[in-house]
Amino acid sequence: MKLWKTILAAAVLLLAAGTSAFAARTDLVIGIPLEPPHLDPTAGAAAAIDEVLYANVFEGLTRIGPTGEVLPDLAESWTISDDGKVYTFKLHTGVKFHDGTDFDASDVKFSLDRARAENSVNAQKGLFAAIDTVDVVDPATVKVTLKNPQGSFLYNMGWGDAVIVAPESAETNKEKPIGTGPFKFQSWAKGSSITLVKSDNYWGTPVSLDKAEFRIVPDAAAYVPALLSGDIQAFPFFDADSLAQVKDDPRFKVVIGATEGETILSINNKKPPFDKLQVRQAISYALDRKAIIDGASAGLGQPIGSHMSPASKDYVDLTGRYPHDVAKAKELLKEAGLENGFKATLKLPPPAYARLGGEIIASQLRDVGIDLEIIPVEWAQWLDQVFTKKDYDLTIVSHTEPNDIDIYSRKDYYFNYDNPAFDKVIADLGVTSDEAKRKELLGQAQKILADDAVVGFLYELPKVGVWDAKLQGLWENAPIQANDLTKVKWSE
Amino acid sequence: MTAYLLKRLAIAIATLVLASMVVFAVLEILPGDPARLMLGMNASADQVELLRNQMGLNAPLALRYLHWAGGLLSLDFGRSYTYSVPVIDLVRERLAVSLPLALIALALSTIIAIPVGLFSASRRGRAGDTISMGAAQLGVAVPNFWFALMLIYVFAVWLRLVPAGGFPGWSAGVWPALKSLLLPAVALALPQAAILARVTRSALIEVLNEDYIRTARAKGLPYRAVLWRHALRNAMIPVLTILGLQFAFLLAGTIIIENVFYLPGLGRLVFQAITQRDLIVVESVVMLLVAAVIAVNLLVDLSYAVVDPRLRSRQ
Repeated sequence: MKLWKTILAAAVLLLAAGTSAFAARTDLVIGIPLEPPHLDPTAGAAAAIDEVLYANVFEGLTRIGPTGEVLPDLAESWTISDDGKVYTFKLHTGVKFHDGTDFDASDVKFSLDRARAENSVNAQKGLFAAIDTVDVVDPATVKVTLKNPQGSFLYNMGWGDAVIVAPESAETNKEKPIGTGPFKFQSWAKGSSITLVKSDNYWGTPVSLDKAEFRIVPDAAAYVPALLSGDIQAFPFFDADSLAQVKDDPRFKVVIGATEGETILSINNKKPPFDKLQVRQAISYALDRKAIIDGASAGLGQPIGSHMSPASKDYVDLTGRYPHDVAKAKELLKEAGLENGFKATLKLPPPAYARLGGEIIASQLRDVGIDLEIIPVEWAQWLDQVFTKKDYDLTIVSHTEPNDIDIYSRKDYYFNYDNPAFDKVIADLGVTSDEAKRKELLGQAQKILADDAVVGFLYELPKVGVWDAKLQGLWENAPIQANDLTKVKWSE
Repeated sequence: MTAYLLKRLAIAIATLVLASMVVFAVLEILPGDPARLMLGMNASADQVELLRNQMGLNAPLALRYLHWAGGLLSLDFGRSYTYSVPVIDLVRERLAVSLPLALIALALSTIIAIPVGLFSASRRGRAGDTISMGAAQLGVAVPNFWFALMLIYVFAVWLRLVPAGGFPGWSAGVWPALKSLLLPAVALALPQAAILARVTRSALIEVLNEDYIRTARAKGLPYRAVLWRHALRNAMIPVLTILGLQFAFLLAGTIIIENVFYLPGLGRLVFQAITQRDLIVVESVVMLLVAAVIAVNLLVDLSYAVVDPRLRSRQ
């Protein structure tokens, strides 16, 4: 009797499995390398937070699209006053947070005021610095007044750090995120996975996936077997060195895109002898970008000549400014009175681009007489010694924030770079919203940085994605650090 | 016996207190600021200072030590800086993976090692001994992440019997959870078994040379009975010592295997906490491990008395 029951149950199961094979899948398991420390995008800089929640669970007034463009999100439309200081946002109506509370203009005011409050620990507080007041006009209209016109304001409001949260749930978002997005948070098994499910009362176009699980896979050696066994169907940020094992497999799609990560050899501009322009230029001439990209990034990634992504519409190609030229580099060092070369240190944080790239750069600089001592450091040490205390000569790091050329004008930033002409361009840029003018100013800024050889510009970090060939709608590029699943679906 | 126990207990407590001071001091001098790590490169110095205040990092060192150590006494392990949840909750979640994993691996390693050790010792110098000890040598030498990857390719990718990694949680059912621990347990057990087999063999060989073994054989006991009843029991003490050490290692020293199988175990929690300078988590978990090691050692000491009646009467 029992046996019969078992056989019957098995038959039913088989049948169920058989029928479901005809309909397209609606679940997805995505592998991510780092676990977010918590789930509140407005309270931390860790990219892993946005990689799970941005656009999926939380939405902002605007959002950044797959190619880096600004799109309307919770704000349906907006008008900008003639002096460029007043933004009036028309909001979508009928929007609900995942806990059932209504979204309206007061939530926008709450979120923006919270982010820029004195005791706010928003990691990108600078995004809100230009805001003077936020006023609720009516439940569907909000008016933001700026202290001065700001060209990038709409873009800024699209960052993960500027998403709209509700006063009822803001304090508990770290553990149980409540947003307005097409997915709602279901569970977080710490150290293991975060699961999102489709939200039934979403205001916009519903998503195709019913369930999305982000599984944390810290070791790149586990990526390939996880894909091959079918346990995980997508790695939006794959390991470039493991590509050989999957690139000719028709079951998988390999997608190489661009990130916003300008990978640079940072130079301490105030520390002798790096305070001399000739020395910095000599370093730029000594660098062979192609060899660095081949060795540190499996040949993927585009060379850069200044601090701008080649995928950006404002990009100016300055890679020809300092071609690889050992003789020229030696000549410049001689001009600087250093014909016998000198010794310096190179501090390397953990990522492969830094550790592998560092070895190659050390040997390239040795060819022109600069003898580098390599010092590997952890991230915590790097942030402490290099970034905060500026105790370094050279270091390699990828600056992954989008449109971040203004970092070179920041007072007390770890480059120790100080050029009033550059600061002026950035200040002008801050108050310019005209596209053509912005493009011109950004071009000037890129040229100044290249001319001053502020740092050694290496390459744009590639985004290497590998996923099931039947999966559609994942981002090819990473204009911001996110895994937007709103358009993802399985083909038949 | 009671005096012996009390003495052992006093030593254990003194060790705990000393360990807490060392752990706290060492971690506090580690360079790196948890607040800066959380806020990243775009935050201003003022903001980092604000967060440091909110996290209580600006209080004097001694005060923070007393606060933390006092909490430990009342079993309050503090709150994680990065996760902002109680440390004990994090540890409990991780133990749900690490403890069963360690126990399965330990059981597997014992089941393999003791018979192999017995076999080798009883065939000392012959072909069987050479082969099994050669295999044990290999087991010690093979890098365990490589062995783990081979297991994954055979059993997960090719045969598809078990998942390639991850842990579904015990809520998903006992069998799915056990299934995901199977390969990591084998990967962990093999090198441990190799070590244990070698220790068992050498301990047995030493015992087999003793006079009482010759006496037992002389009075007509079969070889098998001598081996199991007299030799093995006397050889147990070094074996138990190694087992105790291995258990402590399996509980927290399995970071490589946890990474390859992306298991949310204790080792990865500590590793992650160190890189994120989540000092309170590191300090509390290390203290728990110190306590666990001390407890296991105590247990091992007591078990000596069980296997060896002479130790019992001596006290």
